[in-house]
Amino acid sequence: MHIMEGFLPATHAAGWTAAAAPFVAWGAWRINRVLRDHPETRLILGAAGAFTFVLSALKLPSVTGSSSHPTGTGLGAALFGPSVMTVVATIVLVLQALLMAHGGLTTLGANVFAMGVVGPFVAWGLYRLVTGVGAGMAPAVFLAAFCGDIATYMTTSFQLALAFPDPVSGVTGALAKFLSVFAVTQLPLAVAEGLVSVVMMNLLRRHAAGELALVPAFLKEARA
Amino acid sequence: MTRRDGILLGLAAVIVAGGLLLAGDAGFGGADGKALALVRDLAPGYEPWAVPVWTPAGSLEGLLFALQAALGAGVIGWIVGYRRGRAAAHRDDAA
Repeated sequence: MHIMEGFLPATHAAGWTAAAAPFVAWGAWRINRVLRDHPETRLILGAAGAFTFVLSALKLPSVTGSSSHPTGTGLGAALFGPSVMTVVATIVLVLQALLMAHGGLTTLGANVFAMGVVGPFVAWGLYRLVTGVGAGMAPAVFLAAFCGDIATYMTTSFQLALAFPDPVSGVTGALAKFLSVFAVTQLPLAVAEGLVSVVMMNLLRRHAAGELALVPAFLKEARA
Repeated sequence: MTRRDGILLGLAAVIVAGGLLLAGDAGFGGADGKALALVRDLAPGYEPWAVPVWTPAGSLEGLLFALQAALGAGVIGWIVGYRRGRAAAHRDDAA
């Protein structure tokens, strides 16, 4: 989902930056509050952030003959809420823009909005929905991670289509073209991300159940 | 690692390896790069107005991504090891 440096018109770049910035600020505030109220959860937060580090570093081959990155933000969004993962995604994207020339500083806002806002919000919403209807933890985490991953790449496609509409078929036509680059490639990778996210959740439940119970997602459940 | 987790990880590996096998010798260029080519196609006159501050050579780029993954995996391993060690110490105290 890395839109390259300079590859959004300045007005679009500024617009997406303005759209993403409040979420980053909100996320930083949320992290502070979670760690102040339940400092024990820093272990789980560290694990969720580290999980994003691992998955977003992997460039995996897909059936389409292209390769792409998973996002790794769905699990953390389910546990801590979406805005916390906005901050984690921003850290990853800044590092990748500065050190790996993946993405860029001018396109940081757009990339944060895709990977750190839309993906995590979709993941968090689905996790709440699926656990809310009484389904198990595993399907909830799987669906959250899978859909969060796909939603991130759909957002990138939309951002590019908006900036570079097709001369004939307009934004819609361009969206179809960008989706054909990203969406099919991402499908198997998102399934893999979903499966690995379930394993990570199981690992935390087995080895850090005490801290996990204090994470926002489970505190809410306990109160309900 | 339970058996179920092993199966889930194996399945994820099969999906990724399956893509590799099904696509054959397709080259596996990055989807980000293909989107860039599509931008050039849709807007041939567009000039990027900024360039990356620094672009690592291909092999160095691979190393940096590997480092990023290793850092994350190291933290996860440390956390799980730390919790297992603490749980084991509690069991010893209780015994």
